[in-house]
Amino acid sequence: MADPLLRVRDLRTYFYTENGVARSVDGVSFEIGAGETVGLVGESGCGKSVTALSLLRLVRPPGRIESTSEILFDGQDLAKLSEKEMRKIRGARMAMVFQEPMTALNPVFTVGDQIAEVVRVHHGGSKKEAWARAVQMLETVGIPAPEQRATEYPHQLSGGMRQRVVIAMALVMNPALVIADEPTTALDVTIQAQILELMRELQQRLGTSILLITHDLGVVAETASRVIVMYGGEIVEEAPVDELFKNAHHPYTEGLLNAMPQVGHERERLATIPGSVPPPTAWPKACRFHDRCPYAWDRCATEHPPLYQIGPGHSSRCHLAEEPERRADKHEPFVVMAGAEGRP
Amino acid sequence: MSNAPLLAPSSPLLSVRDLTKHFPIKKGLLGKTAGAVRAVDGVSFDVMPGETLGLVGESGCGKSTTGRMILRLIEPTAGTVEFDGIDLVSLDSRAMRRLRRKIQVIFQDPFSSLNPRMTVGAIVREGLTIHKIAEGAAADARVRQLLDEVGLRPEYVSRYPHEFSGGQRQRIGIARALALRPKVIVCDEPVSALDVSIQAQVINLLEDLQNEFDLTYLFIAHDLSVVRHISDRVAVMYLGKVMELADRNSLYEAPQHPYTHALLSAVPTPDPAKEQARERILLRGDVPSPLNPPPACVFHTRCWKAQDICRVVEPPLLQVSPTHQVACHFPEERKLV
Amino acid sequence: MSSIGPSSRSIVGRLLAHRSARWALAVIALLVVAAIAGPWFTAHAGHEQLDIVKLKNTPPSWRYPFGTDQYSRDLLTRVLLGARISLAVATLAVLLSTTLGTAYGLISGYAGGAVDAAMMRVLDGFLSIPRVLLLIAILTLWNPVPLSGLILLLGATGWFGVSRIVRAQTLATRHLEYVESARALGAGTGRILLRHVLPNIVTPVIVTATLAVGNVIALEAGLSYLGVGAREPTPSWGSIFFDGVEFFAGNWWVVFFPGVAIVATVLAFNVLGDALRDVLDPRQLHRSAPVTPGTQPRENG
Repeated sequence: MADPLLRVRDLRTYFYTENGVARSVDGVSFEIGAGETVGLVGESGCGKSVTALSLLRLVRPPGRIESTSEILFDGQDLAKLSEKEMRKIRGARMAMVFQEPMTALNPVFTVGDQIAEVVRVHHGGSKKEAWARAVQMLETVGIPAPEQRATEYPHQLSGGMRQRVVIAMALVMNPALVIADEPTTALDVTIQAQILELMRELQQRLGTSILLITHDLGVVAETASRVIVMYGGEIVEEAPVDELFKNAHHPYTEGLLNAMPQVGHERERLATIPGSVPPPTAWPKACRFHDRCPYAWDRCATEHPPLYQIGPGHSSRCHLAEEPERRADKHEPFVVMAGAEGRP
Repeated sequence: MSNAPLLAPSSPLLSVRDLTKHFPIKKGLLGKTAGAVRAVDGVSFDVMPGETLGLVGESGCGKSTTGRMILRLIEPTAGTVEFDGIDLVSLDSRAMRRLRRKIQVIFQDPFSSLNPRMTVGAIVREGLTIHKIAEGAAADARVRQLLDEVGLRPEYVSRYPHEFSGGQRQRIGIARALALRPKVIVCDEPVSALDVSIQAQVINLLEDLQNEFDLTYLFIAHDLSVVRHISDRVAVMYLGKVMELADRNSLYEAPQHPYTHALLSAVPTPDPAKEQARERILLRGDVPSPLNPPPACVFHTRCWKAQDICRVVEPPLLQVSPTHQVACHFPEERKLV
Repeated sequence: MSSIGPSSRSIVGRLLAHRSARWALAVIALLVVAAIAGPWFTAHAGHEQLDIVKLKNTPPSWRYPFGTDQYSRDLLTRVLLGARISLAVATLAVLLSTTLGTAYGLISGYAGGAVDAAMMRVLDGFLSIPRVLLLIAILTLWNPVPLSGLILLLGATGWFGVSRIVRAQTLATRHLEYVESARALGAGTGRILLRHVLPNIVTPVIVTATLAVGNVIALEAGLSYLGVGAREPTPSWGSIFFDGVEFFAGNWWVVFFPGVAIVATVLAFNVLGDALRDVLDPRQLHRSAPVTPGTQPRENG
């Protein structure tokens, strides 16, 4: 395979807080090829959003991207760029779509102005050209009567329309990579369907790569071709989408999939993952999931598992890769044995 | 006729008829009424003792307002809410306060639903104090027992809400609701703000408590798969009206209203194989403003089956089978997966 | 549970960790101690004329650290007594105005609708009257005014701002889910206001009240300066200042010391008010756990 569009190596983003060092992203490596959609999933506190902000170098103090980190994008290491050089990349070659379209837009400017502004910052040119490009972009994202809508303020638009505007803003410079952080979480399900359809369609047309960050495995199944699962600031599993849903290997992935209500099992008890995500200042030693894992054995509490290669394009950070027979020994996780919450 | 409830073997515990809420829009210094947001517009349904009725719909469909009217946190513009044969809407405030023991609520936001200045113990105990159920050591013991029932450690009584995670806070809210041993609990998006694995814990807890204490739930949510999991019957709302009401299996396996079709088809399934086969119905545009809803059938502006009659005559909620009601001129069974 | 960070320390602890608050608290503590205990330790009574011939207008010295005034009274004693009057008047007046304003704002905000609209129009009416002019007018008619009268007047004209703040906060709080939960539990209006609304809106009230103390001290001084405030022989800082101002040219100390006392006190209360705003910020106090990555509590104990 040729050089991927994005190659992240050993990304570490630490927050130096009063309560200690929060290792929110702790040694994450992955690649995104041109035109590929990769899903990044996990629960809140697993480090997925900090990963996204790190790629764009939008982490604020007390957060810091550690010097070991490499973010190779378009042949340059973003981790080493100056803020000024980074500004040329943001919004132009790499753009972001945020979760909350209302706060991602400035309420005192028209949406047309805001998109045109991006064009003028990166491209220069006349106001008129930039405006024309903005209108054209609004049309591309399926906003009816774009000339008129461009002159409206964010509060005059519905949630779905606003998210289309945010997408238009992200795509206006024709970026190579769009990072979408929970782009449909704030939207209703029928509007979500419209937006996901739009993203799929635009990607096919423009060839943009997408890193889709979400907690919703359904959205991932619908959109991504490859999935990365994060837990405790690390990647715990990575696989092509079909493979992941068919043969999830890591107990955390398995837990996530089983915790979702399933058709045909109504009113039955849902499988749960007991306990909750630990704070990033205090990841458990060795395997970070071992205290909540139904398969954990002594090795898991002493030896940090590497990402084992378990199939083509499929890797998992679990010792079960070496001792698969342990899967038969399902038991109560350590948190439950230690007497924590969650009725049995 | 149009508002007839489903025939049921026993008598309903909660019976809602033509419930309506129009929020007036005031303008000017003198507060002249300039129009009204028709948040809920003639909603009728029954909830049987011990069952869970799911109420689904997208934001702005009026499902939360309906829940709040049943609790009389919002005064209805019209309609009745009968609980155990008593019309709550006509009760004076003292009588209503006494009856509140029987109908409790669990809210969505685990951060704004607990008073940040009160300890967990004080929060759970408050209902006991208000209704003079227990005092002193007896109340202490009861609070500890309640915390244990929702899977929290009794030692937590003296802690403050901000010391807890979202899932734990939701358990505290459940303990508060449970303290009065209510008959009905209105669950307003109780798991929407939680992560998947925590969500599963809370759903399990709600089901356990229902079995243990014979609770009746009105479960309001936008997440169709969660509602499917927990509900016995489901009502689908759109723009302040009930579009379809049926037992869970009929609603999900053989929905008849085009809006329900669209809604169900929009839910992404966490299974790429099924995902390919899934039929998708993409609705055009957005939900119209409840300030000025479309005439007759409120869904006709986005409906691919709409005919002239849909723009003129409002379809009543009609019985199509003993357990299935639909408000559509052209209902049609449709399998989506 | 994870350890609880410094953000959840007690308010006093957090205030002491705040640098400018420490300074302001020290000044205020010193003033209060001086006001309570000071006059007992000075040799003279505030109105005692030591020696109208020899000790008139003497500059500061070891014996009379602040000097004496034109009636040969010891200025240190008078400033210390003045602290009693000024602090007591300001504190009690603010207590009164804050109570009034909070009650008015709570009722208006929680009632909502027509009641709220009517109460706010009344408030607008009050707010349109300039406070200083109103006070001068009343005090000119009610002259000399007893201290209790002064406190009453300052309190009764000072609550409009507080009630606005309280009303706005109440409006924002009354639809929060914990307030609705309390209603659903069957709690009455009084209980909801006192246990659920008030404790959660008290922060801006405390901040405003603290700032108001400084403000009222300055106001009272101004009124005394105009000759309509607290009168002889009870010295407030304003009236000491007023007494000295006509002899200001030669005798700087008669104006300097009361002036410094006024400025230092007003400044200290303003700084303390700002510091309280930082320290009591509910986002710092109560949202600390979920927001900062470091303090997420754990499910297991």
